[in-house]
Amino acid sequence: MTDIQIQLDRVADDAHLLDVRDLFIEFHTRDGIAKVINGVSYHLDAGEALAVLGESGSGKSVTAQAIMGILDIPPGKIVSGQICYNGRDLLSLPEKERRQVRGKEIAMVFQDALSALNPVFPVGWQISETLRHREGVARADALRRAVELMELVRIPAAKQRLRDYPHEFSGGMRQRVMIAMSLALSPKILIADEPTTALDVTVQAQVMDLLAELRRELHMAMILITHDLGVVADVADRIAVMYAGRIVEHADVHDLYAVQGHPYTKGLIDSIPRLDHKGQELATIQGLPPSLMDIPRGCPFHPRCPYRKDPICSTQVPTDQRLASGTRTSRCHFAKEVLDGTAA
Amino acid sequence: MAPQRETILRVENIAKYFPITRGIVFQTKIGEVKAVDGVSFDLAKGETVGVVGESGCGKSTLARLIMRLEHPTRGQVFYQDRDIFAMPGSALRRLRRNIQMVMQDPYTSLNPRMTVGDIIGEPFEIHRDVAPRGDRRRKVQELLDYVGLNPEHISRYPHQFSGGQRQRIGIARALALRPKIIVCDEPVSALDVSIQAQVINLLERLQNELGLAYIFIAHDLSVVRHISDRVAVMYLGKVVEIGTEDEIYGRPTHPYTQALLSAVPVPDPTARAHRDVIRLEGDVPSPANPPSGCRFRTRCWKAKPICTEQEPPLTAQQADPHLSACHFAELRHVVA
Ligand SMILES: Nc1ncnc2c1ncn2[C@@H]1O[C@H](COP(=O)(O)OP(=O)(O)O)[C@@H](O)[C@H]1O
Ligand SMILES: Nc1ncnc2c1ncn2[C@@H]1O[C@H](COP(=O)(O)OP(=O)(O)O)[C@@H](O)[C@H]1O
Ligand SMILES: [Mg+2]
Ligand SMILES: [Mg+2]
Repeated sequence: MTDIQIQLDRVADDAHLLDVRDLFIEFHTRDGIAKVINGVSYHLDAGEALAVLGESGSGKSVTAQAIMGILDIPPGKIVSGQICYNGRDLLSLPEKERRQVRGKEIAMVFQDALSALNPVFPVGWQISETLRHREGVARADALRRAVELMELVRIPAAKQRLRDYPHEFSGGMRQRVMIAMSLALSPKILIADEPTTALDVTVQAQVMDLLAELRRELHMAMILITHDLGVVADVADRIAVMYAGRIVEHADVHDLYAVQGHPYTKGLIDSIPRLDHKGQELATIQGLPPSLMDIPRGCPFHPRCPYRKDPICSTQVPTDQRLASGTRTSRCHFAKEVLDGTAA
Repeated sequence: MAPQRETILRVENIAKYFPITRGIVFQTKIGEVKAVDGVSFDLAKGETVGVVGESGCGKSTLARLIMRLEHPTRGQVFYQDRDIFAMPGSALRRLRRNIQMVMQDPYTSLNPRMTVGDIIGEPFEIHRDVAPRGDRRRKVQELLDYVGLNPEHISRYPHQFSGGQRQRIGIARALALRPKIIVCDEPVSALDVSIQAQVINLLERLQNELGLAYIFIAHDLSVVRHISDRVAVMYLGKVVEIGTEDEIYGRPTHPYTQALLSAVPVPDPTARAHRDVIRLEGDVPSPANPPSGCRFRTRCWKAKPICTEQEPPLTAQQADPHLSACHFAELRHVVA
């Protein structure tokens, strides 16, 4: 066991496995300062699956990159906040210790497996290299372990495919290779950032099933980042909805789909066409997400909100309102009314 | 059922094979990609036919054939009973006005160096009779307004618009010549959900007001159900099942359609428990070397020897009268 792990294992029981607290991140670019993450908080317990849902640009990936310690700094800048893993703030760890956490405690898979894998090395070599480099495993053992990992992610004829290059795998198989690689060091948390967005629907279903099975088999916690409301419903326990760098609603998956406590979430769910019946005209959310260089005053969603009441919504930033079941929250001045259906 | 409407477009047994070549100077053909391989369907005035299928099954090639951007290996496309590949020049000009296209990527399908006014007005340059020169600016502004964009933004460039707005620009350009048919190739696939709904509603409004017919290609089955009257399901260059929206989603008889429907993640965790789960093995085979007989047999759980030997015809089935190409077609209710 490494030093860090011993230290990490000693922390208080009541702490969450992962606790992101009030995170603020900016990007300093030539065009100005983009306030990309504006007070994000979420947590994850051992074995749990949290979905982070939001449209493109809402800050899902940047938050994950900050957790992994792979954020582009500069232009990125973590302004404030904490990311506690087993009670220790990763943001205050020296890079050497941080590196110990990456891959071994928290690992990540990306949307685009082809660009995340090295094209000039066989996949077996890439998986085994992680083990040799990080764990000091001997070459033959590392290769044997690589085969096991490829079998774990259900790659057929794994042993024969050890010497194949990434481009020789289909899209779905490549995503499995990347998942195998992320599991090499037996992480406690797997962050999957849009892992199936680039895949066809039948292959997407296979990969999502695999992730759900692995999570159960390995008792691993998972953060599933997606823009697809359908994907979330199938795997997550809880869901955090992001808008303009904030978590605007947070609830158990069942509760969230049954009824929404934030106008943005409600708008999203109402605007998707259904598979099971033809449906009438789709509801829409008017307008566009704000520029992160110029986020509206008050509630960032107010210019698009059908329930807005002035002056409060256009001047006061809403804080988290607790709703019905203890853990459910919504960042809306009228969260309770929206949830009850009494907001107008 | 809607009353029988006048057929405006008829696709007959169309096929497009792309050669696979080796060598640079002396190219030798070493094979063929059967991108589209004998597709037939028709489209009525004001109707929407959806085309679904996984990537590489030939949807875009089919669209390009209908647009006459590709020449077919065999088969025909009839626009108002005239073969578009055998039309003389004058008829072709009219055809180009009547069939327009909207593409997936609003980022690359618009010329970044042209203003929105020039992009939307470009068709008027070619078809001068539609809008006399002095009238063009006003026409373009009308179009902008019509698709929900600010007419004052006529001099802006594409990068100054969001993805959804760019798709509206593409739609305005397609509408400029008052077409009868718009072929939409994944028009909302690149858009976020909340923006996607705006564009779908716009397309539906335009259809109602202008009587447009759409060929609507997408890989999102929920979107296709929402917008389509009839739906064709493609697999490796072939239509495996075609019927009304209700038939394809409510009473599918082809195993591929059933698997496709079953794979769609549904945004309703309580529905999950009641769903029929079908999981296919592996990926789609290469269209350069499709399986013999039924092309789906390598991934099909029902496959028997006959499936290797005989290609199943697309015909009305005992299980349900809509067309399906399976030796063992049977009803299975996948979507609750
Ligand atoms: N390296 C970077 N430099 C500048 N801006 C960035 C960078 N990475 C991300 N951003 C900006 O941060 C915002 C959030 O991005 P991201 O977290 O990737 O969104 P998503 O929710 O789609 O994953 C976006 O506006 C994006 O443009
Ligand atoms: N110009 C081309 N040359 C060679 N092969 C092509 C060409 N265009 C498409 N193909 C091939 O034809 C098949 C069908 O492609 P496409 O029509 O784009 O499918 P889809 O739109 O359903 O994803 C694919 O295997 C693709 O690689
Ligand atoms: Mg992202
Ligand atoms: Mg295509």
